[in-house]
Amino acid sequence: MTTVDNQPVLRVVDLSLDYLTRQGPVQAVQSVSFELGRGQSLGLVGESGCGKTSIANCLMRLLPDNGQLTAGQVVLEGQDLLLLSDEEMRHFRWRRMAMVFQAAMNALDPVYRVGQQIVEAIEAHGVEETVADARERSARLFRMVGLDPQLMDRYPHEFSGGMRQRAVIAMALACDPAVIIADEPTTALDVIVQDRILRELKAVQQELRMGMIYISHDIGVVAEVTDRIGVMYAGRLVELGDTADVFRAPMHPYTAALMSSFPSISGEKHELETLPGEPPNLANPPAGCPFHPRCAYATEECRQEFPPQAQRGSQWAACWHPMDGADVVMDMQDKLDIIG
Amino acid sequence: MSGPAGGDALVTVDGLTKRFPIAAGMFRKPTSFIHAVDDVSFRLGSGESLGLVGESGCGKTTVGKLLVKLQEPTEGSITYRFPAPSTGGHLAGSVDAANIKGRQLRVFRRQVQMIFQDPYESMNPRRAVYDTIAEPLLVQGIGDVQDRLDRVSEILNLVGLTPAGAFLFRRPHELSGGQRQRVAIARALVIGPSFVVADEPTSMLDVSSRTGIMSLMQELADRLGIAYLYITHDLAVARYMCHRIAVMYLGKIVEMAETEELLRNPLHPYTRALLSAVPSPDPMRRRDPPDILGDLSLPVDPPPRCRFYERCPMATDRCAADVHPPSEEKAPGHWVACYEA
Repeated sequence: MTTVDNQPVLRVVDLSLDYLTRQGPVQAVQSVSFELGRGQSLGLVGESGCGKTSIANCLMRLLPDNGQLTAGQVVLEGQDLLLLSDEEMRHFRWRRMAMVFQAAMNALDPVYRVGQQIVEAIEAHGVEETVADARERSARLFRMVGLDPQLMDRYPHEFSGGMRQRAVIAMALACDPAVIIADEPTTALDVIVQDRILRELKAVQQELRMGMIYISHDIGVVAEVTDRIGVMYAGRLVELGDTADVFRAPMHPYTAALMSSFPSISGEKHELETLPGEPPNLANPPAGCPFHPRCAYATEECRQEFPPQAQRGSQWAACWHPMDGADVVMDMQDKLDIIG
Repeated sequence: MSGPAGGDALVTVDGLTKRFPIAAGMFRKPTSFIHAVDDVSFRLGSGESLGLVGESGCGKTTVGKLLVKLQEPTEGSITYRFPAPSTGGHLAGSVDAANIKGRQLRVFRRQVQMIFQDPYESMNPRRAVYDTIAEPLLVQGIGDVQDRLDRVSEILNLVGLTPAGAFLFRRPHELSGGQRQRVAIARALVIGPSFVVADEPTSMLDVSSRTGIMSLMQELADRLGIAYLYITHDLAVARYMCHRIAVMYLGKIVEMAETEELLRNPLHPYTRALLSAVPSPDPMRRRDPPDILGDLSLPVDPPPRCRFYERCPMATDRCAADVHPPSEEKAPGHWVACYEA
C-alpha cells in the first residue's frame, strides 16, 4: 500500500446529481462524500445505473445537458471545482484531473496520428513550450505505458484494443494531473492484456503519486488495484473502507451479496448467490434504505428512514443492521436461502 | 480427441476447419486466409456442458456458428445423433450436419438452438415478448394460437418471468438486461432443443443478474436434459457452468479436460498464462504476471508449426521445426496439444 499525505488531494462533499427526464428528476447521485489522498487509489464498484460513472462525470464537469448538480462540493487541491466558470474549469480539466474512458476507440480521432493527438493536448494546455519538447514528452509517456515511441506516427486503426487503451492512458497523463479517473478502462480487453495494462497503470500512478479513482463492476480487478473501495447502490455510497477490510468483512449486506455472487477460479468452489429482485427505479426510489426491498435483514426502520453511517475503524456502511465478524458472507447466504 | 462415452455422443466434431478469405481486390482470387478454426475435434454427450474459452479472435464463436449451421465448414465434419423420440423419425441415427438440407433442416433447427451475447441487439425492439418467443413455434408450424399462448406462458414461468401474463406483451425496452436474456433463453428453449450453443450469454449482464441467468441455465439443463456448448472468455464463469473446458488459441484447441482438473492442473503454457491473468477477488493474494510473450496476432496463413510458438516461454527448436503438436491424453480425459507439456 502507498503512503498517503494527511491533506487529501480531492475531497467530495455531499455530491448530488439529478437527471431531468420526462418522468421527472432521476436521482443519479445522492449525498456522496469521500476523500482521496495523494498517491492513493479508490475503487468505486456497483452495478450499471448505480451512479458510478455519473460521479466521474460530475468530477470532470462533463455532464449532459439534462444533468443538474443539486448540492455538493468537489474540492481539488483546495479549489471547489463546482464554483468555477466553464472557462476556468477548462484550466483544471485534463491539467489537474484527467479521465480514461471505457471506449478507447472513441477517445482517439481516427484521422490523426496517435502521437500527434498527444502532442496537441500537451501544447493546448501549455505544458511544454516547443513542439520538440512536446514530442519528447509524448515519447516519454509512450514508454511509460509500455508502448514503443516509434508507434507515435501510426493511426488509431493500426493499434490493437490494448494499444489504444494504453495510448488513451498516455494522453490522460500528458499534463501530469494530480488525479486520474479510470472508468472501466480494461472492460473491453482480454485478460492477458488487461493484466498488463493494470500493472502499468498501477506502476505509473504510484511513480507519479497521483490520486486514482478506479471505476469498475469487476470486484476482482478493484481488489487488485485499489487501496480503498467504495460500494455504490442506487446513487448512494453505501460502504467505504480499506479494500482489504471490505473484502474480509463487508459491513453492508449489499456488499456481502455482491461478493458472494462473484465467481472465482481460485479456492473452493462456493455456491454463487443470486440477489433477489432488481435495482430500484431512481425516478421513483423506495423510501428509507434503497436496498431494503432486496435485503434479508430489512426491518421497519429500514423502510422508513435512510440509515446513518455505522463506523468500524476506517470503514463505514450506511446500514441500520451492519454485519460484523468474518462469517458475514456465510450468514448472508443462509438468510438468502431462507427467503430464497 | 475424445469426450464421454464414445459411440452415443450427441455431437461429434472431427477435424473442423473454417478459413475466411481475405479480400485481395475485385476480380482477384484471394490468396490469403484467416484460419479461424483449424482442425478442431471434440465430442459432447447428451446433457453435457462443454466450455469453449479463449481470447477474442481465437475462433470460439466461429465454432459455435458452424455447429448451428449458421456457417458451413471449409473442412471436417459435424455429426449429430439426436435422441430418437424427439425428432419423430426424421434425422434418425447419425446425421452429418453438412447433408442436412430442406425439410430436414427445419427438424434440425428444433434440436439445435443458439443464445447470443447481446440481449439488446438479438431482439426486435418492435415486437412483444410473446411474438419473439412464439416465432420458432410459428416457423415450425407447432400448435394453434391457444397452444402457442400456453407454451409461451409455460416457458416464461420456467425462465422465471412470472407472472407470465405481466410479461407477454411487453417490449424489449420495458425489460432489464437480465429479463431480456431470460426472454432470449425462452425463445431458444420453447421448441425443446437437445443442444444449445450459448455465446457469452452473461457477459453483458451485471453480477446480480448474471448469477440468476447462470443458475437458470443450469437448472434447465438438468431438468430438460439439454447439452450446452458454452462459449466464454471468462474462466470463472466456465468453472460454474461447464463439466469440461476446452481452451482455444488461434483456431486450435490446445487443452481440454474436466473443469476442476483444468483449473488445478493446467498443462499447456497458454492455459497457465490465461489462468494466472485472471484477477483475484482476494486482495491479500499476490498474483505473478502471466508467463507469455508478445501480443495476440491474427492467424493469417500461419506457418504449420505450433500456433503458440511465438508467445511461448518454453518453446524449443522442436516446436519451431515440427508441425502443430497433436493432441495427446496426458491423464484420463485430459488432452493437451504441446510437445513440452
